[in-house]
Amino acid sequence: MIYSYDGSYQGLLTAVFTAFEYKEYNVKLALDSELQGALFDQIKHISSDSTKSNRVYQGLYKILPQNKAMDFWRAFLSEDPEIRQTIFELIIKSFKNDISILQNYGDERVLRFHQALRKVNRERHRMKAFVRFQKDNNGMYVSIVEPDFNVLPLIISFFKNRYADQPWLIYDNKRQYGILYDLHTVTEVTITKEQSKALQHPGQHIEVDATDSLYTKLWQSYFKSTNIEARKNLKLHLQHVPKRYWKYLPEKLDKD
Amino acid sequence: MERLEEKLKILADAAKYDVSCSSSGSKRKNTGGIGDASYSGICHTYTEDGRCVSLLKILLTNHCIYDCAFCVSRRSNDIQRAAFTVEEVVQLTMNFYRRNYIEGLFLSSGIFKNADYTMERLLRIAKKLRTEERYNGYIHLKTIPGASEELIQQAGLYVDRMSINLELPTDAGLKLVAPEKDHDSVRKPLAFVNDKLKQYKNEKKSLKHIPSFVPAGQSTQMVIGATPENDYEIMQVADDFYTNYNLKRVYYSGYIPIANTDSLLPQIGTKPPLVRENRLYQTDWLMRFYGFKIHEILNPEFQNLDLEIDPKLSWALRHPHLFPIDINTADYWTIIRIPGVGRQSAMKIIQARKFGKLREYQLKKMGIAYNRARHFMICADSLITLGDIKMDNVRRHILQGTLHNQSSVTQLSLF
Ligand code: SF4
Repeated sequence: MIYSYDGSYQGLLTAVFTAFEYKEYNVKLALDSELQGALFDQIKHISSDSTKSNRVYQGLYKILPQNKAMDFWRAFLSEDPEIRQTIFELIIKSFKNDISILQNYGDERVLRFHQALRKVNRERHRMKAFVRFQKDNNGMYVSIVEPDFNVLPLIISFFKNRYADQPWLIYDNKRQYGILYDLHTVTEVTITKEQSKALQHPGQHIEVDATDSLYTKLWQSYFKSTNIEARKNLKLHLQHVPKRYWKYLPEKLDKD
Repeated sequence: MERLEEKLKILADAAKYDVSCSSSGSKRKNTGGIGDASYSGICHTYTEDGRCVSLLKILLTNHCIYDCAFCVSRRSNDIQRAAFTVEEVVQLTMNFYRRNYIEGLFLSSGIFKNADYTMERLLRIAKKLRTEERYNGYIHLKTIPGASEELIQQAGLYVDRMSINLELPTDAGLKLVAPEKDHDSVRKPLAFVNDKLKQYKNEKKSLKHIPSFVPAGQSTQMVIGATPENDYEIMQVADDFYTNYNLKRVYYSGYIPIANTDSLLPQIGTKPPLVRENRLYQTDWLMRFYGFKIHEILNPEFQNLDLEIDPKLSWALRHPHLFPIDINTADYWTIIRIPGVGRQSAMKIIQARKFGKLREYQLKKMGIAYNRARHFMICADSLITLGDIKMDNVRRHILQGTLHNQSSVTQLSLF
């Protein structure tokens, strides 16, 4: 049996609901976009349904501690199609017999799940570390990032708690959306191509705060001065700060 | 403003020999202002030497009335001197913090005029950040040896961590290169803060509104390789300080030669003992998290760590009769003694074996260093070899393997 769905987490949970409804447990998930025009009788189309997905969601919270129930979603944010299948199967298994399945590290699917989870958590941690704000002339703190996985939803509360007294925007340039804090709530925002271009070249298109370049400069000097030449170890440096993150890190953009 | 950049360069450069950059251990919350502490700490970037940059680590000033031979800021050293104002440190911290460059401030200082005068200024900065800027990020403050207890206690109410460096591992070593100093002036404030810490914690249990006092605890640092102490002596000192002053961390800093006229110290051009430093950290780790007692790793018969291999492997090779360990029956504390198996993997093994006896192919996928561990453990389907394991062969085998896939031994790889 093939279930085709829209690729969202809500869609995946709806698929779980459907699987139980029809007692169809041997299911392969596929994306609507992959199967367009394909005509197999084996395909069931799942349309995302908030009532159904919510029941599954609530159900997970009943059988698992909150943090563990969230793990399915976190792993889902790895955007890996194989992992979506694994998550689907593990949720079904958790409901069906034993919730401890997630601790069976001898099972390949469980290992894969935990690997995905680890990857997502690492990226989330990296974003807490690598977000760099620039202050524009309206007092808004703006940052652009391109995380490997879709982790912005996972860093909202961190930034909201920490930077509670300043408005900020963190924009995911790869996925073309951002999270915006206005001193009260965080909302998801999308912006136009022009706006996103302007974001990439602050100072050129959007006005940065007059003192902003000073602090960027001071940070770059600090970064250089705190290095110990006699201990140089670029291999280790690169391992911790992979090149793909450099373009948004002022300390790595300093040319001289 | 150019002057500010100049100062920052000088005072960051002078502060960098303090290796601690940890921002962990505090649970401070944002109470209506800006900032909070991340309990496990965050490294916002890494220097080109591969060290974590978590805090803005600076000296308030590098003027100093002392003349410790191992220190760049010593009074006889001919260097540029600078001093920040209180306001400058506050503004730098806030502006870096608001841009998410840092987790907070690590403020130390050379001693100018006298200990109290210096400590009072450090205190003023911490207080200003907390009360005027409503800043709840991390603050690590150096305790100035010889400062009055009132000042130290007051500072403790604003900061997350305090530290005071032993500098050299033994008093005898210290006397050689810094005759004006002694370990007692380090022990006293450490003990004082430790007592206060306990007192506040106790009171907090019964009274709600007791403020937190140095919630992330205290740490210290020793310079390694400047004076002739062996590893056994060094770790005994560390053990003593962990036990008697409840330190959160002891840091070991491989001595980096600086211009000096003291013939006792290694001269410029001598490479810092990075591998040895790494081995000491690994030993420290084994003592704190793996249940090892110092005498198991270092003792009068074995006074220096093996530089070629890590201390856990070295210990295992010296105790062939304790191996192999059956991972399907051994308890957690025994499993984490297997070279190549870390704490997380050990937990996984314990959980996974409830589902059935574990076999080699499963272990290979659990994130352990299998090629190392296999010599020391047996799984459900392992072939049993009779008699003690030939540790000489094992050592050779492992060394050959690591040479191929690991060129950098200087990184802090913790099993
Ligand atoms: S007292 Fe501190 S700053 Fe002054 S010379 Fe000694 S180690 Fe350096």
